[in-house]
Amino acid sequence: MRYAMAVDTKKCVGCSDCVVACQTENKVPIGYCRDWVVEVTDGTYPQLEIEIRSERCNHCDNSPCVRCCPTGASHYAEGGIVLVTPEKCIGCGACIASCPYDARYPHPDGYVDKCTFCLENRVKKGLDPACVSVCPTKCMYFGDLDDPNSPVSIVLKKRKWKTLIPEAGTMPQLYFLI
Amino acid sequence: MISHIASICSFLIEINNTVDMTTTRRQFIKLGALSAGSVTLAGSSFNWTTASSLFENQKSVASDRTPTYCEVCFWQCAGWVYKDENGEIQKIIGNDDDPHCNGRFCPRGTGGVGQYSDTDRLKTPMIRTRTDGVDSFREVGWDEALDYIADRMKEISSKYGPECVALFTHGSGGSHFGQMLKAFGSQSVTAPSFAQCRGPREVGFLTTFGDIIYSPERTDIRDTRCLVLIGSHIGENMHNGQIQEMSDAIDKGATIITVDPRFSTAASKSKYWLPIKPSTDMALLLSWMNVLIENGWYDKDYIARYAHGFEELKEHVKKYTPEWAYGITTIDPNIIRRTAKEMFDASPAVIIHPGRHVTWYGDDTQRLRAVAILNALLGSWGRRGGFYNPEKAKVPEFPVPAFPIPKHLPTEAYKGKYKLANEVVSNGICDATIPTPDKNCSYKIWIVNGTNLLAALPDQEQTKRAIEALELLVVVDTMPAEITGFADVILPECSYLERYDMLRKSPHREPNIAIRVPAVSPKYNSMPADWMAKKLAEKLGLGAWFPWKDMEEHLDWQLKEIGSSLEEMKRIGVKKFPRMHDNLYFAPGEDVTFNTNTGKIELYSTDMEAEGFDPMPVYTAHEEPPEGFYRLIYGRAPMHTFSRTANNPNLTDLMDENTLWVNPKVAKIWGLKAGQYVKLKNQDEKTSSFSIKVRITERIRWDSVYMVHGFGHNNKKLSRAYGRGINDTELITRVKVDPVMGGTGMRGNFVTFVFENEKAGKEAES
Repeated sequence: MRYAMAVDTKKCVGCSDCVVACQTENKVPIGYCRDWVVEVTDGTYPQLEIEIRSERCNHCDNSPCVRCCPTGASHYAEGGIVLVTPEKCIGCGACIASCPYDARYPHPDGYVDKCTFCLENRVKKGLDPACVSVCPTKCMYFGDLDDPNSPVSIVLKKRKWKTLIPEAGTMPQLYFLI
Repeated sequence: MISHIASICSFLIEINNTVDMTTTRRQFIKLGALSAGSVTLAGSSFNWTTASSLFENQKSVASDRTPTYCEVCFWQCAGWVYKDENGEIQKIIGNDDDPHCNGRFCPRGTGGVGQYSDTDRLKTPMIRTRTDGVDSFREVGWDEALDYIADRMKEISSKYGPECVALFTHGSGGSHFGQMLKAFGSQSVTAPSFAQCRGPREVGFLTTFGDIIYSPERTDIRDTRCLVLIGSHIGENMHNGQIQEMSDAIDKGATIITVDPRFSTAASKSKYWLPIKPSTDMALLLSWMNVLIENGWYDKDYIARYAHGFEELKEHVKKYTPEWAYGITTIDPNIIRRTAKEMFDASPAVIIHPGRHVTWYGDDTQRLRAVAILNALLGSWGRRGGFYNPEKAKVPEFPVPAFPIPKHLPTEAYKGKYKLANEVVSNGICDATIPTPDKNCSYKIWIVNGTNLLAALPDQEQTKRAIEALELLVVVDTMPAEITGFADVILPECSYLERYDMLRKSPHREPNIAIRVPAVSPKYNSMPADWMAKKLAEKLGLGAWFPWKDMEEHLDWQLKEIGSSLEEMKRIGVKKFPRMHDNLYFAPGEDVTFNTNTGKIELYSTDMEAEGFDPMPVYTAHEEPPEGFYRLIYGRAPMHTFSRTANNPNLTDLMDENTLWVNPKVAKIWGLKAGQYVKLKNQDEKTSSFSIKVRITERIRWDSVYMVHGFGHNNKKLSRAYGRGINDTELITRVKVDPVMGGTGMRGNFVTFVFENEKAGKEAES
């Protein structure tokens, strides 16, 4: 089993619903976020293009954050999802520094926090992650890459995609449809 | 990672020393200014047993989720409120059965919990008092506040008649206060959603097709093959169903054509972006008509069968060639032809979208007529992928006595003007409140519910003059919006998550209803609008028009009449009903009679002609910015609604100020740097109160600047919104009124940069 997510940049409007849905679902304190929106504009008026991406932890197959964690708090869980065990985390911040995607933040309660793909609270109950299920444009696809019939497998077969900073060699599992 | 740094504002309790209004009778009161003699609730004679019993039932039915429909915007998506183990609201999630949202709330609805948890909320009723020439607010109990209002209403109406009361409303509270007002003897109930927003499109389509667009819009976007957006920035305006269907249309490969001087999000999703010169849309629309007719690219059978005035239109648009339009719009004639062909190829599954906020230049009804005519030529009205015929669930009203007939109707406030307005014109009521020697209809009392008129109505000075002329201003709101500072009495309304309201029964493909049930009891000393209206009516001797014990009884009666019940609706939240008629679209070749004078689709409008307006739209050139000035264009951000969410803790976390979009060429001329703060001054020498952060971007033309509406609040009690960005309404001092229906055109204002004292607002705090 390999959980992954795809985000359709052709449909995302950058509304940030994914951000606030994640905050309320996962009780992320106001002022912090586990996912965010990036807008890239190219060209000069009127020859322009915009790419809008909802970004979060890439749940890399080769995660520098897991490798550098001195306590084992950062670890691979079911389906390759990268998680942090708050009780084991000493808040040293090595993982924050190691992440090429800047996906982690220091939680005010003293541990490092990040996207979990809503593994415990939603995915294990058969639900999509909060961001995927709330998105008004339905631009996000989630599922098991080992299952050829999962929404994410289907859309990655059908569409052109890219990952972010592939040269870092982290083997990210967050795909962007382009 | 995005750095979200929470803003910590000093919580100033300020003694009133405002200078700007001291010469007037009514001083603006910053809500911190409570008078020394403020009383607490203990002094109230109100019977609290009655009030709390209203909410006792909730606890007994408390389950893991409570149905509601959202009040953060007018789309009113139905959803479920979930509470955590402490009984606090944790999250709000869309109801899967709701056709408004299909189980997916937008960011504002998801962040709607902030409307409840905001600690800056209005907490208790307050009455204006004056001590030593200084106005302040005195906290009072509910009984005292409502007694005061009832006594003043009786006293003032004994002099001027009950018609001197007007209700300005936006949202669910309107039906409760509207009931009270009509029972009192006034029908002056108005909402800025007409003359400051969608009015021109309703009148434009009404005079063409004999029917309006409604809300949610009857656009069949999910099945369209070509969607044309004119200044409509779906994706930034977060009208949930529209966004969802546009996304479906993108998936199905529909062609999107966006006409906008700004490279909007929608423009970035479009096959064609037409970067039009602002204020010239009419020229483009007329030239599209020219191309469609000259090339025979129109639905000949549909026009022959349903339309009135085709020959006149054909003759009329002959001169409006794409080459003619090029000189006005700056859009390449070949692109005009190519996009017209795209529309025809997709027809009748094509939508020239009527937009929503369309009060731009004062000839807006005519522009929307042009949009309607294009849709008629392409045969999209009543066709799949064009415009469907919506149907509304029929729910009987709780029986009440007939309302008294007022001596004069609200339309007398603007007699002889705006004759084709099909709703009450808010600015007409506002203007009529200012006394003039020749007026026989003037207002002495305003009740304002859920609309911040200082941000909603353009020309703030005119609004202030009207308020100055009032003998009583009652403001009912959840937040200390600017309008509360002018009130005589403030009634704190609880948020939508803490109350019942009337059933939502808006028209859709499938008739449906949605219910709002309180998930929690009202916080502080706030109360629901229905309770306030009923109590006030009883104090006015109008209890007969509120014969129900409470909203539960009211709703249960209505629901049982249609084969449901309150108990059922609490379980399901949304209920759909079969259509009464199988007429979502016209059947092929069907005989259709339209609700117009001719019974046809009026390409040539007999109503317009009868009222002395152009029966077919013509192009009028609008003013252009003077040298060194830029047209002020404003719009929406997906995480905010008007000015009402600017203090919402969840939503300010996403966006806590607006920015000024400036083209890099303009930035270079003025030496502007990205991120610096500037003030703006308009053509009438009006300078903004606060400053705004410059965003240098290629996404805006060099003759315009752009900002999101709803920021720049100047009430310090709004701790997250105070001084953040600029309030565009402040700079909209020149209003182009649409003579057809009274719409206030707001896009004819021009601004330049001011570099004095620009350190105001957010930057000054750091």
